[in-house]
Amino acid sequence: MNLQEAESSTILITPAQGWVSLHLKELWEYRELFYFLVWRDMKVRYKQTILGVAWAILQPVFTMFVFTVFFGWLAHMPSDGVPYPIFAYSALLPWQLFVRSLTASSNSVVANENLITKVYFPRLVAPLSATVAGVLDFAIASVVLFVMMWFYHIVPTSAVWLLPLFVLLAIATALGVGLWLSALNVQYRDVGHAIPFLTQIWLFVTPIVYPSSLVPEPWRIVYGLNPMVGVVEGFRWSLLGTGSGPGGILTASTLVACALLVSGMFYFRRMEQTFADTV
Amino acid sequence: MGDTAIRVENVCKRYRIGQRQRYKTLRDALFGVMGTPFRGLGACLSGQGTSKSYQESDNFIWALKDVSFEVKRGEVIGVVGRNGAGKSTLLKILSRITKPTKGFAEIHGRVGSLLEVGTGFHPELTGRENIYLNGAILGIKRKDIDRRFDEIVAFAEVEKFIDTPIKHYSSGMYLRLAFAVAAHLEPEILLVDEVLAVGDVAFQKKCMGKMGDVAKEGRTVLLISHNMAAVENLCQRGVVLHQGQITYIGNQAEAIAQYLKSLSGNALSLMDRKDRIGSGAVRVVGIEVKDVHGNTLDSVASAQDLDLYLYFVTATGFRSRRVIASLLLKTQLDVPVFLHHNRLTGDEFGELPESGAFVCRLQRLPLPPSTYQITYSILADGECLDGITNAVEMTVVEGDFFGSGEVPPISHGVCLAEGRWRLLPGCAPSGLRRQS
Repeated sequence: MNLQEAESSTILITPAQGWVSLHLKELWEYRELFYFLVWRDMKVRYKQTILGVAWAILQPVFTMFVFTVFFGWLAHMPSDGVPYPIFAYSALLPWQLFVRSLTASSNSVVANENLITKVYFPRLVAPLSATVAGVLDFAIASVVLFVMMWFYHIVPTSAVWLLPLFVLLAIATALGVGLWLSALNVQYRDVGHAIPFLTQIWLFVTPIVYPSSLVPEPWRIVYGLNPMVGVVEGFRWSLLGTGSGPGGILTASTLVACALLVSGMFYFRRMEQTFADTV
Repeated sequence: MGDTAIRVENVCKRYRIGQRQRYKTLRDALFGVMGTPFRGLGACLSGQGTSKSYQESDNFIWALKDVSFEVKRGEVIGVVGRNGAGKSTLLKILSRITKPTKGFAEIHGRVGSLLEVGTGFHPELTGRENIYLNGAILGIKRKDIDRRFDEIVAFAEVEKFIDTPIKHYSSGMYLRLAFAVAAHLEPEILLVDEVLAVGDVAFQKKCMGKMGDVAKEGRTVLLISHNMAAVENLCQRGVVLHQGQITYIGNQAEAIAQYLKSLSGNALSLMDRKDRIGSGAVRVVGIEVKDVHGNTLDSVASAQDLDLYLYFVTATGFRSRRVIASLLLKTQLDVPVFLHHNRLTGDEFGELPESGAFVCRLQRLPLPPSTYQITYSILADGECLDGITNAVEMTVVEGDFFGSGEVPPISHGVCLAEGRWRLLPGCAPSGLRRQS
């Protein structure tokens, strides 16, 4: 072990202090714990299930199927000239990543109660690792998208390399909201009940079953204040070439996501000081 | 920073009574919001909810009050005290799990703390996977685990099952694996709770041996313990905590003596107990444990012959001749171990004098080392005259019950049974014999 580093380390233990700095350096020092918690969540997720990893594919595929039947065929929802299944799936993919990450991070502190009350680690590691663990399901489900695109003879646009940025935006949004909710969840277990409801409403204010072109032009920017609008628009634009590409909506979405993330981190850091006593 | 490893300065910790139920429903907080929109919302988000009324009320306990001490580099210090004296709170504050309410502490050097073994173990993961996961949680670097992996597995004695999910482990294997990882934590400053010494006797010895090694390697250790033998053997200094305050700090033998004295101090405070029941015609004013020669004992050993004295006073005019004095002994976990009263033994007291003592002789005390709670009651003609639940504690230390020097821990059973073993060759169960 690195004694050099230890020699110089002094830990100061003080009463709770209100708003405190994020201590990102310490967070970096605990990257191994972060890595192991992500690994644990991924590893354990489908233990003792029959279908195992297939669940990662089944969920979005069945949702897509239901949406296609009801919104695509029966309701004749416009889909920007793209076959409806692929229109829906390309949005469901980041959406499910978002929902999974949001739910996991919101529950992360309560779920890791046994760790929080028995060992010290930067508490931010809990929501961070819970959020990131959702990426595995996303990667598996993505395979289906590419199979479908091949089936429908759709070639990704040249902007497809921007896709990771939109994934990042989805994760940042989930984490931002998740940080707020996970800290609130420690005190108010209502949060656990509110999340399914929240995500359901959120689904309908995000262009998943319908194209964002249905929203009247002057309201587009306001619409973009929902960061998931930017994510879904970005996905469809870079993969299917629909929409107009980065613009006002994406800017608004990115700004809101960043604001949520930064404020969430500070709020979490403030609240974490009493986690062990309250959880 | 000199040679100080840990410095604790006026640390206080206040808990709300019923703390762990503190999370309320959002509704409570929202009602507050409706009253005073902005202040209320702010309070809700900062976790105070509508707790203004709580703040002002007296529903607080001070788990620690103005605790200050210093630990020098390389020193091994034991913290002793009764349950609820604040030992665990102190450990939690120094481990940075919870924050002090007032005061501060400084720790110079890399800290490792063990409040529990097997923290974060996941039942679905294999032994191997859990070693790495638990290691990461305790702050052991991955390369250090790689290097010492075989050693950990050998220490835990689970070689064969290392790739089996630990949900299939026996509780003994689980604990051994958990301790094995913890034992390979190599911080400069170790904060540890002694309850970690777990498992069967042989493994417990191994655990205590390991802790002894750590202490001898010149690392700073803060050990929290109920086990006086461990404190005596491992520590150079001791701190006695009583109701959140330090009542003694100094050399370890003296600390143990002080602690045991504080335990026997119970007898004096019996008169002040508010939870007394019964008519009061006879009142027990003190309870003492003595050896057969009449010497008062702070603690007794397994297999010892002893007398339990219930000193009483009788109200004037009380004439009953059928008084029953009864004792119920329970473990710390509230498990009854035995009930004893003079009707069981057929002993009669007759008419009581003005004062005196009911004396219960227990032979070859069949109890493993632990602390026990004694509840007493005095009855006559179907009426309760006096009684206090958990009136006093009795500490039992290791004694040679079997004549082999070995006594199983209380986790393996709350009593010691007299008995012998022998081998009888060429026997079969009676059922089998009939068939053949």
